[in-house]
Amino acid sequence: MIRVQALSKNFSNIQAVDQVSFDARRGEVLGFLGPNGAGKSTTMKMLTCFIPPSSGTADICGFSILENPLQARAQIGYLPESAPSYDEMLVGEFLRFVGEVRGYSGKELHRRVSIVIEMTALGDVKDQMIETLSKGFRQRTSLAQALIHDPPVLILDEPTDGLDPNQKHEVRTLIQNMSEERTILISTHILEEVEAVCTRAMIISAGKVVGYGTPDELMSQSIYRNSVTVSVNGANPKKLLEQFDELDFIYSVERVPDRRNGIVTMRLYPKEKESIALPLEKFIFSKKIPIENFNVNRGRLDEVFRELTLNQLTK
Amino acid sequence: MKGFYPIFKRELLAYFRSPVAYVFIIIFLAANAGCTFFLGNFYNSQQASLEIFFLFHPWLYLFLIPAVGMRLWAEERRTGTGELLLTFPVRLTTTVFAKFFAAWLFIGISLLLTFPMILTVNYLGSPDNGPIITGYLGSFLMAGSYLAIASFTSALTKNQVISFILSVNICLVLVLLGWGVLSESLNAIFPVWISDLVSQFSFTTHFDAIRRGVVDLRDLIYFVSIIVIVLMLNVVVLESHKAS
Repeated sequence: MIRVQALSKNFSNIQAVDQVSFDARRGEVLGFLGPNGAGKSTTMKMLTCFIPPSSGTADICGFSILENPLQARAQIGYLPESAPSYDEMLVGEFLRFVGEVRGYSGKELHRRVSIVIEMTALGDVKDQMIETLSKGFRQRTSLAQALIHDPPVLILDEPTDGLDPNQKHEVRTLIQNMSEERTILISTHILEEVEAVCTRAMIISAGKVVGYGTPDELMSQSIYRNSVTVSVNGANPKKLLEQFDELDFIYSVERVPDRRNGIVTMRLYPKEKESIALPLEKFIFSKKIPIENFNVNRGRLDEVFRELTLNQLTK
Repeated sequence: MKGFYPIFKRELLAYFRSPVAYVFIIIFLAANAGCTFFLGNFYNSQQASLEIFFLFHPWLYLFLIPAVGMRLWAEERRTGTGELLLTFPVRLTTTVFAKFFAAWLFIGISLLLTFPMILTVNYLGSPDNGPIITGYLGSFLMAGSYLAIASFTSALTKNQVISFILSVNICLVLVLLGWGVLSESLNAIFPVWISDLVSQFSFTTHFDAIRRGVVDLRDLIYFVSIIVIVLMLNVVVLESHKAS
């Protein structure tokens, strides 16, 4: 559905996007991750044919962004960063306007506007001026606008930026519900979002792709992968540390600060990031250690993110 | 031309949604009346014609039209809506012309609201209504040329003030090229054909002919081609902005 080949963009002497290539199929939610200014938005602007690439190309549902930009755009629903819309219009009127520009009229237009209003729960504000809307409603209006032509490809630039946790949850649910039939590209710098909605993620830093894979694959690069955090009530920290350290499947043990009274927390790192939950559980059981918590870490995306993006910058 | 009508309609409605439109219309009418009756001494002229009324249009438009046009693209850029507008499956040329025509029609409506002038001269005397009609046509075409320039300068910057000043200056040059004083001083130095050639580029030269009731195809072509050429430049500017 989306095929990107060596897409690059330089602004005078700054290489904003450097040889980015990827494929995204139907049903896939691809997350663009990266620090501010990494080139996420620039890549999206090239895919939506808002700015032309300096080199490289991309196909949207088989339409080249260079040769058939109008057809390519027709396949895309785009939510630009900070969700711009015409402030002086009413929500319903704005959605009708976008529908008309996309070539709908009459009953079909009416039907499509009703559907997107329902999908994004805008019914209560449809006769309100966009200027007067809260950030959450504005974001949803902009999302509704992107959905009006039921596009096979959705490109959403920071769709949850500036929303409160409830609104974020709503937007994520919406994205998940829509993902089956579509290819969705979202950019974000909120890492939990990647775990919550993305089937694959791409980490970009200084215009280059530095990490690519499913969220789980990316997390497996973390030093915390398969480490276990154990909290024990009323134990002697030193003795506990020694006890764990003797185990042959443990690579190292460290004490983690814990504010709770009388509770000692340790993090145990496995050898070669292997799973140690089962043998560790057996050991704890056999020694009758009174544990409070037992937590297996899948790995931390923020740590992988920092590792990959900071490495790139120091290079 | 797909997408022309909705973009045109939205743009036109946007004028009437903001108080700026009403302020503009009031100033436009007041300035027209002020120039005709006070500066132009309409009553003392003892003529049942709108010559004096139209005489001031090139100067009035110099400030009023850039005020209408300055927001056309600068505003889209400032608020980010341009990114939405320019990623719709619509040709850039269509979008540029749609926005232009909306603003032009808005100016046309303001111009039509000066109709009491027609009633006045018809009440006071029996004017030749031919030059009045051609005067309005010429004035509307000339307004379109000013507006195309304002639209073009608006695409150059996201600052409306800069856009306004730029278009006022470009339009001023195009007005002054046909100014009698300039022609005379050119005639003193160069052969006459030079000043003739220079004045051919001016708004005033072509407008003067039309408002006198002489509709020469060349004058119409002048205004239409200014509009088309400048709007095509407008498209090029928007394209190159996107590239850098």
